[in-house]
Amino acid sequence: MHNGTRIKISNVSFYYGNLKVLSNISMDIYKNQVTAIIGPSGCGKSTFIRLLNRMNDLITKSKLEGSIYLDNKDIYKAKEDVVAIRRLVGMVFQKPNPFPKSIYENVAYGLEVNNIKDKAFIEHRVIESLRKAALWNEVKDRLHDSALKLSGGQQQRLCIARCLAVDPEVILFDEPCASLDPVSTKKIEELILELKSDYTIVIVTHNMQQAARVSDFTAFLYLGELVEFGHTEKIFTVPKNKKTEEYLTGKFG
Amino acid sequence: MRIKETIYKWIFTIFAFASLLFLVGIVVVLFKEGLPIFKHVKLVAFLFGKSWYPTYEPAEYGILPLIMGSVWVTVGAVLVSVPLGVGSALYLDELASYKQKAILKPIIEILASIPSIVFGFFGMVIVAPLIQRIFKLPVGLCALTASIILGVMAIPTICSLAEDALSYVPRSFREASFALGANRWQTLTKVVVPAAGSGVSTSIILGVSRIVGETMTVLMVSGGAAMIPVSFFQPVRPMTATIAAEMGEAAMGSAHYHALFAIGLILFLVTLVFNIIAELISRRFRIKLGLNR
Repeated sequence: MHNGTRIKISNVSFYYGNLKVLSNISMDIYKNQVTAIIGPSGCGKSTFIRLLNRMNDLITKSKLEGSIYLDNKDIYKAKEDVVAIRRLVGMVFQKPNPFPKSIYENVAYGLEVNNIKDKAFIEHRVIESLRKAALWNEVKDRLHDSALKLSGGQQQRLCIARCLAVDPEVILFDEPCASLDPVSTKKIEELILELKSDYTIVIVTHNMQQAARVSDFTAFLYLGELVEFGHTEKIFTVPKNKKTEEYLTGKFG
Repeated sequence: MRIKETIYKWIFTIFAFASLLFLVGIVVVLFKEGLPIFKHVKLVAFLFGKSWYPTYEPAEYGILPLIMGSVWVTVGAVLVSVPLGVGSALYLDELASYKQKAILKPIIEILASIPSIVFGFFGMVIVAPLIQRIFKLPVGLCALTASIILGVMAIPTICSLAEDALSYVPRSFREASFALGANRWQTLTKVVVPAAGSGVSTSIILGVSRIVGETMTVLMVSGGAAMIPVSFFQPVRPMTATIAAEMGEAAMGSAHYHALFAIGLILFLVTLVFNIIAELISRRFRIKLGLNR
């Protein structure tokens, strides 16, 4: 059912100061599959996904226990390799956050900061990324307009293109549709399904239907603990845990 | 109840419009008292005349030396205050720990609450003799001394406003940059500073506007010679200092009196333009960051 483990999360606990927000989580994220992380607000979903590209490093006084392996390499061991990890593990955020620059500059940014100077290569990569993000046809005539002129859904696809441009292998989506309308949401979901063949995808979502529509595997987090993890079909049809069933049937949320 | 509310409404409306009233009053007086000088001297001769001898017979009212005095002092003060002000803003926003920032920012802002006469006094007694000794000058009261003191005085304005501008840059921009593999320096120079750029420029313009308008300090430390300066080591007589020093001796209604008002009018127009530019830029800045739609 899957082609091997890409990320291995092993006994991970995470603290903000003295507050334990994630508790002893172990699970695998499989290659070329979509893994959804679901759970009620405040259960630690966002904190969890941000561990996978070390975004939580920016928070002072946080502490991690356990290990996270990307292709058998402990990403928290090689301290100087944060940049390399973030290039391999891209991220799309909850709210579209394009830079106040042109559409073209937004996509080229990740290449520039990684010291790629070849103009022709950058241009090629920008176009390719915009195509992959299903945005090219809408912006090809105005690549040098400000990215902030785009609609919310277009901005989010631009952020996806920006992420694809640095050629990651894993893409983390942190509630990518939280601020989008249903039509834009549908486009992003279709895009995620298309990207699956080339990338390993992790998506945090608030929306259970979305998890059911796009994911192959689902993890249910509750109060910082991993309650249940498995094939999406199984989780949604025959959940093993009573808490999972209650959440999925809307008893709490 | 209704009557009470109407009364409140009117009271606060009057308060709100009072400052407008003062502004209009000041502008009217400036024009009324300033314009008559042009019966004695042409506008061009006034602005570009090289001699300011208001008490000679015949008197000469060329304010170019005073304008140049202001320009030299302002340029010098900008060279001092912009690197220090913007630099400390960058430090506070990017490098300082939460604790350092909580201590440093209020301290820098306290600098703004020191009365200008104290700055002037400090300049006269400490800085001027030091400058005199270091550069072996006949007097220590010169454009350089004035520039240093004024520059220090403008640091809090620039630092505080520039730091605000930097901290308005949404966290999400930084996160997006880090997530793409950028390091701290790249994020600062390629994302944060460009995004905050117009806010930082506003802070600089308002700092300059404070420098241009500052009076007591320049009166005390600039040396007071109404000549066109050719170096920072010469004493100068900026426009504000001229008004302050001479208003007491100018006979009311005399040409000298009107000339001083005309200088005041020019100062007003210059700072007005600075403030309008600052407002326009900062409006663009807020729109750019989506702070007001």
